[in-house]
Parts: sequence; C-alpha cells; structure tokens
Amino acid sequence: MSQPLTTLEVEKIRADFPILHQQVNGYPLVYLDNAATTQKPQAVIDALVYYYTHDNSNVHRGAHALSDRATAKFESARKSVADFINAAHTQQIIWTRGTTESINLVAASWGADNLQTGDKVLVSALEHHSDIVPWQMIAEKTGARVIPIPVDNSGTIEMEAFVALLDSRVKMVAVNHVSNALGTINPVAEIIKQAHAVGAKVLIDGAQAIAHWPVDVQAMNCDFYVFSGHKLFGPTGIGVLYGRRKLLEQMPPYQGGGEMIETVSFSGTTFNQLPYKFEAGTPDIAGAIGLAAAIDYLNTLDRAALAAHEDALLAYATKKALAVPGLKVIGTAKSKAAVLGFVIEGTHPSDIGMLLDQQGIAVRTGHHCAQPLMQQFGTPGTVRASFSFYNTFEEIDRLFAALDKIRQLLL
Amino acid sequence: MTTFGLDITAADIVDNLSFFDSWDDRYKYIIDLGKELSPMALADHVDDNLIRGCQSKVWLSSEIKDGRLYFTVDSDAFIVKGLLAIVMAAYNGKTKAEIREFDIQGFFASIDLMRHLSTTRGSGLQSMVARIQSLAA
Repeated sequence: MSQPLTTLEVEKIRADFPILHQQVNGYPLVYLDNAATTQKPQAVIDALVYYYTHDNSNVHRGAHALSDRATAKFESARKSVADFINAAHTQQIIWTRGTTESINLVAASWGADNLQTGDKVLVSALEHHSDIVPWQMIAEKTGARVIPIPVDNSGTIEMEAFVALLDSRVKMVAVNHVSNALGTINPVAEIIKQAHAVGAKVLIDGAQAIAHWPVDVQAMNCDFYVFSGHKLFGPTGIGVLYGRRKLLEQMPPYQGGGEMIETVSFSGTTFNQLPYKFEAGTPDIAGAIGLAAAIDYLNTLDRAALAAHEDALLAYATKKALAVPGLKVIGTAKSKAAVLGFVIEGTHPSDIGMLLDQQGIAVRTGHHCAQPLMQQFGTPGTVRASFSFYNTFEEIDRLFAALDKIRQLLL
Repeated sequence: MTTFGLDITAADIVDNLSFFDSWDDRYKYIIDLGKELSPMALADHVDDNLIRGCQSKVWLSSEIKDGRLYFTVDSDAFIVKGLLAIVMAAYNGKTKAEIREFDIQGFFASIDLMRHLSTTRGSGLQSMVARIQSLAA
C-alpha cells in the first residue's frame, strides 16, 4: 500500500485549485461536497481558455485549419479517456453529457432491442435515481420489470440475495461502483461474474468511483461503464459511455441528427460508424478537451498516494464522528470511498447544512437522489461530507468544531 | 405564544435582525421565532397541507375569519420553521388585498440572510409564498 500524501504535498496540490483559496461567509472555504462535483485544477481551466482563445471550431466537418486542430484535440481526448480506463479501442468511448445521459442512452437503445415482457433488470437499492428511472422508463415500454437488489443496514449489497435473484430472465444488472449517498464500494467484479453466468449484461455506474482510483474496464469485464467529467476534476456537460464494441455496434442510435449519419435521403438514412452513431449534433468539444486536461493532470500525480490520503481522511473523520453525541453514521460498509453520511439526533440535515455554510463549510444535505435507500434507513436524508485528495485533516477539524457549535445552537 | 402579523410584524423582524452582529445570534433568533409559532396538530400533517419541493417538510393550513386569512405552518427543520415564522409576520391575519399588495420579495431583500435563503430551492420559502398568494388571489 502506498504512503499517504504529506502535508506539504497536499499544500502543493491545493495550490493547483484556485477556487479553494477563498473566504465564504467570512471563513476560509472548506469544500466537502466532492461527491456532487469536484473542483477544477488550473490546468483544466487553462485548457478551456486556450481552446476558446485559439482553436474553437466545429469538429469533423470544417475545411480549414481551426477545424483540423479542434478535431485533432477532440479525438485525442477520446484516446486519453480510452487509455485512462484501459478500453481496447477509442471507438468504445462515446461522449455524452454525463452519467445520467450515458445510462439513458443504454437503457433506451440497448433496452429497446433486448428487453421483452417478463424480462428483468436488477438494480441495487443503493442506486442513484439516474440508475433507476431510465430503467423504469424502458421497462414501462417493453413490459420488463425493475427489481431491487437488497442492501443490509451497513449499506452493503447482499450478495446471496443477489445471486438468488439471478435467472435467465435477468437481462441487465445495473449497479454503481461506489454509492453516492453512503460511499459503499461494491464488489463489481464478482457481480459481473455472477450476472454473466446467467447471460445478463452489466452496466457499472462509475460516477463516484472514477475520481478515487484507477479503473480498468477490461479487467473488470463490464459491458458498460459510465461516468461524468465533472466528478473527475473536468468540466460539467461532458460524460462518457464505455461499451463492449459488439454491443455498441448492435445497438440502434439514441438520437438522430447531424454527425451520427452517413447518408440521409427521404427514402432512408444510413448511420455513421462507432462512436459517431451515438453522437448526434455538435458535441461538447471544449468539455472533452477539458476532461483530457484533467486526466493529464491526474497522471502527473501518484494516484495510489492520493487514494491513501483519501482513506486516511475518511478514517480520521469517521473516528471524530463516532465521538459526537447523538451522531449516527449512515453507511458503515467495510469497504468505503471517502464519503461520510450522517444524521444528528433531534436535528434536521437541512439545519446542519445551512449552519455549516454559515461557517464556510460546503456539504450536501438531503436524500442524495437515492430516496429508496433513505427510506430503508428511516431518514428523510443525511448530511454528506465527501472528500477529495485536496482536503486536509485541518478541514475535518473545522467540520467537527462547526458541528459542536451547531449542536449548541440547535439542541 | 406570539401571534405573528400582530405581535410581531414584518417591520419588527427587519428591525430585530439588524441588531445582531454575528451569524449565530441571527440564526438563534430565527430558530427562536420558529418555536413561538402556534403548534400544528399532527393530524394536520397531511399531504394536502404539504408544500412540495422542499428539502425539509413544510406544511401550511389556512382559514378565513372576518375576511382575514389565518395560517398554521410547520416544518421538521428548525431554521425553516423560523423562516416560516418570518413569512407569517408578513401574511398572518391579513386580508386578501393586504396579502396581494405586500411586497414580499422586497421584504426578503431587506434582510440580508433572507436574500440568500429565499432563493435556496430547498428552503421551500418561495413555494410557501406562492401557495399563500394563490390563496389570496
């Protein structure tokens, strides 16, 4: 296991993120809402500014130098993403607007051809609404059913119950790599193996995993892997769908328009090759280039050391949380990413969120778009502090000092 | 119990909040205002009274007496309940015409803290205001 970052190394990394160095409500900002979106290093901001200052042009069509440059950078960004998750071919990387659109694309396109009455889609009870609702929508059209895989009270998927749900009518299993609300790291390799044994396909929602450690889609052997650029220190508006090539080739287009066609006539239209078949309209060119800059930036760092630092932050925060009277940690799985969800007896998460904000501390409160999960835990929501490698132990001390003050105010 | 709109008016709230120098005193005042609201019976915590789109639960029931609208409000969050009390200082016990004429956004804008919280979707404040205004239409 790699050594965590030293204080000096964290300070050096923090210097790369200009937004972190500001006062909020009279206090230095403590940004602990990284599961909602991550902040952007200067290198990403510079890449966006450079693109719009020098290269802005539409891709793939222009008969001029700017379009050539924009296209080269845009396609090189696709290669960066393919390398980053170890995809075999760049054509397996489809640009989308984000995780949500990636899942909607697979549900609508793959689902339309592969789901029939009586078929089943399994989703875990940990899923974000964006990995539940698209499946419900296609199930409604095809007559398939969406069935939850149960999780226990620590927030861990019950593997025996999962295996018991598997049969030949299960066509798709969609689970997140890491739970956004609780931080649980799911045993995706084992889930994929079991699902494949009954012939089901597997989509892994990697939105909450991709920022934390290297992902290898070939080693994992998933059929689809999806994530958002903005949770990987890149811009909002760009996302990724990775898919097995054979599946992507068989799937019908998702949206019609420019870019995704080969020829169009009123007697019929033929569609473009992968990946363009799924990329109707002018794509988020700057977003793709910005995402590649984020990946380049991450590749300059020792990612194992970043992950070890995040683990140390979570362990430190969890230990402090357990010492707060009336505080209950929601999500106590053995294997967790750097997410601390909690409630404090006698208070509402929204009170805590507002009063933390007054002290310059940014967290998320509410149901985290995981209402079925919150129902299981018998709470309308939680306070969620989510950490990234640029967070410090001192910031966690600030969080708990602020919580002490809030408890005095409210209780 | 305090009767909002009578014992404490919108102008009183603006005055009182201008006293405090620190955020914790301001919030303590708001939380205390919430505690001064007449309690809502649990039986009134029904879906018909629930205001949607808030992070915390917010309930509103109303009745008309002698041409004036009287509200009972509640929330499961302390601060939101205090914010509801501030809205009550403006609206409770007023005629429909008075409610229609009252410049609620100007009132929010005159209080630093409300300016921020009233635009936070999760606070439910604007949904509450919209519901009251439709009752006064």
